Amino acid sequence: MSETTAPAAERELGLEGVGCERRRKEDARFIQGKGNYVDDIKLAGTVFGDFVRSPCAHGRIKSIDAEKAKALPGVLAVLTAEDLKPLNLHWMPTLAGDVQAVLADGKVHFQNQEVAFVIAEDRYICADAIQLVEVDYEELPVIVDPKVAMAPDAPVIREDVEGKDTVGQGPRKHANHIFTWEVGDKAATDEAFAGADVTAREEITYQRVHPAPLETCGCVASMDAVSGQLTVYGTFQAPHVVRTVVSLIAGLPEHKIRIIAPDIGGGFGNKVGPYPGYVCAIVGTIVLGRPVKWVESRLDNISTTSFARDYHMTGEIAADRDGKIKALRVQVLADHGAFNTHAQPSKWPAGMFSIVTGSYDIPAAHVVVDGVYTNKAPGGVAYRCSFRVTEASYLIERMIDVLASKLKMDPAELRLKNFIQPSQFPYNSVLGWEYDSGDYPTALNKVMEAVDYRGLRKEQAEKRAKGELMGIGIATFTEIVGAGPSRNCDILGIGMFDSCEIRIHPTGTAIARFGTKSTGQGHETTYAQIIASEIGIPSDDITIEEGDTDTAPYGLGTYGSRSTPVAGAAAAQAARKIRAKAQKIAAHMLEVGEDDLEWEVDRFRVKGLPEKMATMKEIAMAAYGNVPAGMEHGLESVDYYDPPNFTFPFGAYICVVDVDRFTGEVAVRRFYALDDCGTRINPMIIEGQIHGGLTEALAIAMGQELLFDDIGNVLGASFLDYFMPTAVETPHWETDFTVTPSPHHPIGAKGVGESPNVGGVSALSNAVIDAFAHLGVTHMPMPHTPWRVWQKANELGIDR
Amino acid sequence: MAKTDIKLTINGEEVEATVEPRMLLIYLLREHLGLTGAHIGCETSHCGACTVDLDGKSVKSCTVFAVQASGGEVMTVEGLANGAELHPLQAGFAEEHGLQCGFCTPGMLMRTYRLLEDNPNPSEDEIRVGISGNICRCTGYQNIVKAVRHAMRELGHKEATE
Repeated sequence: MSETTAPAAERELGLEGVGCERRRKEDARFIQGKGNYVDDIKLAGTVFGDFVRSPCAHGRIKSIDAEKAKALPGVLAVLTAEDLKPLNLHWMPTLAGDVQAVLADGKVHFQNQEVAFVIAEDRYICADAIQLVEVDYEELPVIVDPKVAMAPDAPVIREDVEGKDTVGQGPRKHANHIFTWEVGDKAATDEAFAGADVTAREEITYQRVHPAPLETCGCVASMDAVSGQLTVYGTFQAPHVVRTVVSLIAGLPEHKIRIIAPDIGGGFGNKVGPYPGYVCAIVGTIVLGRPVKWVESRLDNISTTSFARDYHMTGEIAADRDGKIKALRVQVLADHGAFNTHAQPSKWPAGMFSIVTGSYDIPAAHVVVDGVYTNKAPGGVAYRCSFRVTEASYLIERMIDVLASKLKMDPAELRLKNFIQPSQFPYNSVLGWEYDSGDYPTALNKVMEAVDYRGLRKEQAEKRAKGELMGIGIATFTEIVGAGPSRNCDILGIGMFDSCEIRIHPTGTAIARFGTKSTGQGHETTYAQIIASEIGIPSDDITIEEGDTDTAPYGLGTYGSRSTPVAGAAAAQAARKIRAKAQKIAAHMLEVGEDDLEWEVDRFRVKGLPEKMATMKEIAMAAYGNVPAGMEHGLESVDYYDPPNFTFPFGAYICVVDVDRFTGEVAVRRFYALDDCGTRINPMIIEGQIHGGLTEALAIAMGQELLFDDIGNVLGASFLDYFMPTAVETPHWETDFTVTPSPHHPIGAKGVGESPNVGGVSALSNAVIDAFAHLGVTHMPMPHTPWRVWQKANELGIDR
Repeated sequence: MAKTDIKLTINGEEVEATVEPRMLLIYLLREHLGLTGAHIGCETSHCGACTVDLDGKSVKSCTVFAVQASGGEVMTVEGLANGAELHPLQAGFAEEHGLQCGFCTPGMLMRTYRLLEDNPNPSEDEIRVGISGNICRCTGYQNIVKAVRHAMRELGHKEATE
């Protein structure tokens, strides 16, 4: 009956399913310049919108005079908060329970804040008109330091919420305070500290950075006045969420809104939240009846739409004399900028920061995070990490090194002594997580062997004797990704499930649609592999679609390494529903009972009669013409997958650096990264993700920082100043892996995109600081630019 | 604003246009000629997403005026393939996973095209320096280097060794 008689193993390879280094389906268009990014979209009659932005970081708007701009030929409209007020769109709700000004309503709160929106026939006229809008400001005192923001007599940044007991995340204790979040057992932690042989404390700041994907944010909004249908093309990592948000804030019926995320030129967290540009473009198209395009400049991008980190942390760690950790205490001042637009879906104001005990079996811990307002751009977002996980991981990986230094113990040895052991999984952390699986000792031992760790330490000792600086940095991180179980995570009350819909065509090919949106991860390639392995249809015969809310099932989008853990699980589950129906059809075709059948790669065989079989291709045709009595025709399924838990990818990284004590330059000699992301769907793509994540980690650890002067000027919001590693600064990355499948994920996958950023920053920073460890240095602030590193060398008198 | 007539060759075809002197080459290509392969990533010549070939040199078309290209010969990523046959660099990028989001790719391709035209046998260091005016946020460059070497093999160039 079968048309293919090839052996099972051969047919399995032919599917290009899970484990295959399948080449990417996306690439054909990208390598030929045929990608379709938002700024490539050209609808007839499109006009351009852009912002008049505030030059000052804190001030009252005394007047806005747009007459000259409006008089310029080609200018169609200049919108201000006054124009948006009748629509109640001058403010919009944020994902974190706060509100954000769409256009400044009488006051500006950060430099480059959106003040007016100019719409013109083309970009050049729009830029000219922006220069003609005259805004008069009365400048107010500026706060850029979160510690200063909490001073008793600090100027009030957010007068609109002055006197309010809460801004959506619990009680406030100061006019510039947003929330306090406390987790863990304070009494038990205090007691452990009181009885500890050794304690160590360090103030560690994770600087403000920006994800800066190569494509900035933008959209094209188009209202069809006849049908009342609004279509918005945009750089949306979560298209369905945007649709619901637009419906709620603009009061448009959700079925009249279509959100399309075309190709996206990188996201890294930048393209999760809703920004004023989207709202203004939508208002613009409603008012003018023409499509309105808004695309950020790079300066707008880095200085306004989201930032990441800006966590000012104090870590304290307590241990026995022999290095067994007893307790961890962490206090954080979290700078959220002028509006709390924290783009994270968990029920906790600091996201998953409580993963801060890391890969270590720590019996007591207490964490307090205070969020505050400053006169800086609002945020933040998770820059290639799950929500606040990279800050947490950096803190614990630094504290382990600080403790090792105090104990005069090797940091690898200290890690091995304190790891959660494989036998302890599922492991319940003292701060409330159930780690699903892991094998940390195996991972670290494998990496230590690969790099000859003992040999490196020996070489380091020899170099130190000669006055040379060599550093070895270790990070043994645990991530928490795949947001997330709907009991823990939601956006506007919508649970953080994700979805997959599969339709099998009569001739045995398929289309599958998802609620996520690739920003470069290769979903069109990898999702097909998952389905192929489940139902025996070759990957090449499965079209993958994402990003169109009119066709895709509702989903919560791509960020926080959630696509594989959540939508990937939905793909497997939806495929299994297909296979279950296929089995009934096969039984009917072969005139046997369902239980008489067994599955083999791409077909059902009758047990004991292996020559009697029905292939998926045959079953697909039968589904449309020869179904059992009482069964509906067709072969389709949809699955909304609400994960039972997060997944916990982990890794062990070792980085070796040579530091030039005369110039402060740091050369990464070797970086060895072992990642365990559970089941590996496409090793080629995984490696690519790791290379990219490590390079972003290098950027953060070695150079990226959004600095502000005392009056709130953002210093360095272009690629001239904001560090972007080129191929010259980027070292060769060595990758390795272990496989510890997630026990609760249908195919055991955990997600990988963000691990290298989380672990990479710690390994690089630890390496730089380790280069100075023998001189009594326990901490140096990131980023480790040559200037900063030289300053330390100079302070120690070793630069001459 | 007064406009200027310009005439240039783009991907082998003669093109005439009337443009404002301040119009950047990237906008001529993207908005007037529909060649949207080259992208704008930074507006300050740093990222290289807008890289095209002008008279045998890589230029960043976001900081070249269209009038400066008048009389010149421009090649964009849309002109890289020979009909349906991909250029070995294009095939190399796909084969070696030299791209992820794809936004930098047209610029990278045009830069590496010129690099190999100028130096058919670059070492890894020379490739890295050669593409250092083009930023990629996704790949960490490692597979881009592999993609260039893949193309070198296809083109019959001697693979450079360190």
